[in-house]
Amino acid sequence: MPDAPGLELIRGEIENDHPGAVLDTSFDRGQPALIVDSEQLLAVLGWLRDAPGHEYRFLSSLHAADYLPAEPRFGVHYELLNRDRVERLRVKAMLGDPSAADGAGDDLPEIDSCVELFPTADFQEREVFDFFGIVFRGHPNLTRILMPEDYVGWPQRRDFPVGGEPVTFTYNERRYG
Amino acid sequence: MADDIHGSASLLAAGPDAERPAVGAEVMTVNIGPHHPATHGVLRLVVDLEGEVVKDLKPLIGYVHTGIEKSCEDKSYWKVIPFVERMDYVSYFFQMEAFCGAVERLVDLEIPPRAKYLRTIFLELNRIHSHLVWLGTTALDLGAISMLWYCFRERDRILDLFEMATGQRMHTRYFQVGGVIEDIPLGFEEKLRGFVEEMPVRVGQYEALLDRNEVFLSRTKNTGIVPRERLLELGVTGPLLRAAGEPWDLRKAFDYLSYSDFDFKIPVGTVGDNYDRYRVRVAEMVESTRIIGQALEGLPEGPYIADDRKYVLPPRSELSTSMESLIHHFKLVTEGYRVPAGEAYYAIESPRGELGCFVLADGSAKPARVHYRDPSFVNLQAFRDMSVDGYVADMIASLGMLDPILGGVDR
Repeated sequence: MPDAPGLELIRGEIENDHPGAVLDTSFDRGQPALIVDSEQLLAVLGWLRDAPGHEYRFLSSLHAADYLPAEPRFGVHYELLNRDRVERLRVKAMLGDPSAADGAGDDLPEIDSCVELFPTADFQEREVFDFFGIVFRGHPNLTRILMPEDYVGWPQRRDFPVGGEPVTFTYNERRYG
Repeated sequence: MADDIHGSASLLAAGPDAERPAVGAEVMTVNIGPHHPATHGVLRLVVDLEGEVVKDLKPLIGYVHTGIEKSCEDKSYWKVIPFVERMDYVSYFFQMEAFCGAVERLVDLEIPPRAKYLRTIFLELNRIHSHLVWLGTTALDLGAISMLWYCFRERDRILDLFEMATGQRMHTRYFQVGGVIEDIPLGFEEKLRGFVEEMPVRVGQYEALLDRNEVFLSRTKNTGIVPRERLLELGVTGPLLRAAGEPWDLRKAFDYLSYSDFDFKIPVGTVGDNYDRYRVRVAEMVESTRIIGQALEGLPEGPYIADDRKYVLPPRSELSTSMESLIHHFKLVTEGYRVPAGEAYYAIESPRGELGCFVLADGSAKPARVHYRDPSFVNLQAFRDMSVDGYVADMIASLGMLDPILGGVDR
């Protein structure tokens, strides 16, 4: 793993090529992370993948988390890996909830899809869309993947209740229609 | 496709003299699954066939999605463990280890050496168990029925060992944050040693059954090949990647548990066809028995779980004499322990590849998010590349060799 000073060096190098792309860094429990501007995410991911001396060419995992009540609320995590140096680096893009501003809207947060850079992101971005309602711009086939196609709602959001949906056993159907 | 069908229909209407397209040019879409014995669970495949050749393929998943990740957010940390075990129901020890390891990183808890060795032993037993289930069912798909009986005979011996040490044959809830719940019972070591001595002989017998079986060879050799670079792009890990010649194994690459103490090899293939995938997994079983043997020889004495009363239950014997222990026990069982805010991603080498667990803690006694990077889910993306332009029969062979566990895919 890059240590804390190494992480700042990476930040400085990205700053030269893409000013303002890295908003912050964090080094928590031995895990380095770059918090990036969601508009410049692809530039940073592409840089980390291709820049000589860095070459984080393997995307281990792509997942999201809902940090409610923090603002911005959603975080999309990219766990990058350099297999030669055996180094992991997390890239985090934070996204606000656009429907929170006007109260009742159903606008969805948006971010660029990285399927072009990392084809492995295909299923994982669909999963994030399915559960958090985060739209990946430019994804080839952004549809629900695990939940039914006609499902309404974003179940992994923190304000979606556990057990918020009646279970359709035949007993329940007869009783409640 | 639709154009082709309409085109041929109008040609039919034009009369017998009209020139018909070649039979092979027609594409038919066939639905396979979700309930089909060859899909190893509830996987649905929509396959475009031209004659017997697969032209396109789309895996549709989600039929056993049970919302485990969501349910985990409503459970205190120690209650999450039996939940996550039920995701990938064939490699339950690995699911436990990924979660416990992530939480141990969050609370900064060092586990004692004996616990590390015990965990390693059970993980490797589970790896053999998982590969045996894979070998039995995949060989069954390819027509070698007796393999299933032989593989499940040895699998049963592993389940007997699990039952002896943990009380359960599957979903054992044996790993705890801080170590393991109980020390191994008297007589376990001897029984395990017998298994370790016998297993390589058994693996030799499986090879003798399959390696000169003409049907098995012709169905696996040179089928389902995907180049190494493409596999890496698709994020494929585990035996599938190693069969393509890439010696990537998290047990060697990252230092976790006590794997650095043991001498073992990473089997790799050369071509990356289905035969190599079979060879790699079979060789891995032998390497796993070597790890277990070494862990048994070097098993350190000492505590089997960490001695931090804020996270670990006090020993039963203290409850009747120590008020403090009783309070700790009560707090741990009712509210559970609180984990300081933060997030951790911890990845281990499961029988199917990189199994990562992401835990987000918000400072309360329940996790704010538990996410599993399931290797079957990611590896399934390579299935189209493995099957397109091959025969349907090869597609079934490739699916078996891909070894997806749908409980893990859908979570």
